[in-house]
Amino acid sequence: MTLNQAVVAVDKLNKTFGKVVAIEEVSFAINRGEVVGLLGANGAGKSTTIQILLGLISPTSGSLSIFGLDPWKERVNVLERCNFSSAYVALPYNLKVIENLDVFAQLYGVPNRKAKIASLLELFEVGHLASKLTGGLSSGESTRVNLCKALLNDPEFLLLDEPTASLDPDIADKVRKLLAQVQKERGMTVLYTSHNMKDVQELCDRVLFLHKGKIIAEGTSAEILTQFGQASLEEVFIHIARDQVLAPAEEKP
Amino acid sequence: MSTSSQLGLLVRPSRVRGLCSRYFYIYTRSGFRVLDIVFWPVMDLVVWGFVAKYFMRLDTTTSATAAAASATAGGASAGGAITFLIGAIIFFNILYRAQQSISVSFLEDLWSRNLLNIFVAPITVAEFVAATYVVGIAQIAVVSTLMSVLAYFLYTFNILTLSFALIPLFLNLLVMGWSLGMMTTALVFRFGHQAEALAWAVPFLIQPVSAVFYPVSVLPTWLQPVAYLVPATYVFEGMRHVLAGQGEINRYLLIASALNVLYFVLVSFFFGGMLNNARERGALAKLVV
Repeated sequence: MTLNQAVVAVDKLNKTFGKVVAIEEVSFAINRGEVVGLLGANGAGKSTTIQILLGLISPTSGSLSIFGLDPWKERVNVLERCNFSSAYVALPYNLKVIENLDVFAQLYGVPNRKAKIASLLELFEVGHLASKLTGGLSSGESTRVNLCKALLNDPEFLLLDEPTASLDPDIADKVRKLLAQVQKERGMTVLYTSHNMKDVQELCDRVLFLHKGKIIAEGTSAEILTQFGQASLEEVFIHIARDQVLAPAEEKP
Repeated sequence: MSTSSQLGLLVRPSRVRGLCSRYFYIYTRSGFRVLDIVFWPVMDLVVWGFVAKYFMRLDTTTSATAAAASATAGGASAGGAITFLIGAIIFFNILYRAQQSISVSFLEDLWSRNLLNIFVAPITVAEFVAATYVVGIAQIAVVSTLMSVLAYFLYTFNILTLSFALIPLFLNLLVMGWSLGMMTTALVFRFGHQAEALAWAVPFLIQPVSAVFYPVSVLPTWLQPVAYLVPATYVFEGMRHVLAGQGEINRYLLIASALNVLYFVLVSFFFGGMLNNARERGALAKLVV
């Protein structure tokens, strides 16, 4: 696969804050319909990478394209085909669920807004919450409503930042299964970050491990496990986070 | 579309309508929110109006007080000073609301952790700002009408005395309020949460040098040149000029408009610059996440 064929193509991306190197020579591509997990410990450069993709941080150098377009030059065109959901971002608490979704449906230019919102609420089993104030929802309800917002425009590329954080195992399992179902039905391309390795193993076709701002491992879950000689992704994560691994540039010959 | 989109200048009415609809949802449900917008300006009008009436009563009984009041009003009678005061309260509210509509709307999205959803939606900065303009105009129209009606019944102050001058005076205050609002928001981009208090402080920081309640001649000589750099100074001086029946105010309007255009352009560049700077420093991400 060449970078031009990918939905997301990141090439030699660097970001420094003063003397601090946040990410260094990060390159990866995501194919259409692929679910890629971006993993790394706190401070690994995961957030910086996502925030560059979202246009919140400008890269120091390197190139980035989404749908073959430069997201800095074609911001609106790119964002119309993307969406985003995070456990750490909320919808305005003083609006009803249906009002919040209606506002975002308008911002994304969704046709037949009412029908679209109703079908998503039904899909995520939160139709009964439509007239409830968003501020009064539980974490699980809030997460599902956020996912409804993230799917309003039938995004071709979806960024999910720890969508199951703070959910109990039952709700997390439901959300995971719903996401997998929606992704398969729509053939969405997804970039998924999570500290929940079960999520990653279940949902992601491929995994990128970031460590100290560099991608140090890339492949399917099985390939990663073989590469590190560990039994689970969680063990790989701990192995890397505890610095028991050398970054590619530091590897001994 | 690419160039304007890249510069964040694209404005599509459907997206502005979408952004405005959330304010509509908030204000049609929350009585407290409406009360907050109406309460303070009405209280200002009531309290200062009655204080002014008290001074007027003193004026009729004490000649010494009358002379002093006349002097502080720049030669106007105490009765005239009261008219000026009521007019100034109503007009300052226009400036204040226009500024607040931008800076507080932005802060509300920030506090509700919704700003990231807005930033990653396919809307331009110009559409976001345009929606705050529309909401600001609607708020100002409602509150100013209410204040004008109250002023008429409580103090027999008729804002329509300003006749056709009312529209350019109103527009100049609106544009200056928008410039202040964008400047405040740009400072939040630059300095983060610690600059949030500026959203409420900025209008009152410039109030003493804007000739709101007194003419520029009352200010110390060294401060007067500063006042003449503020567009609102010409608006309030012009308002007093018309209320005193002293004729044309074209010169005031021309200077106020020229300064407003200049500041609006400068502030727009400042706003864009601070936004880009926040993106480079990673400050925008820290602010919205």
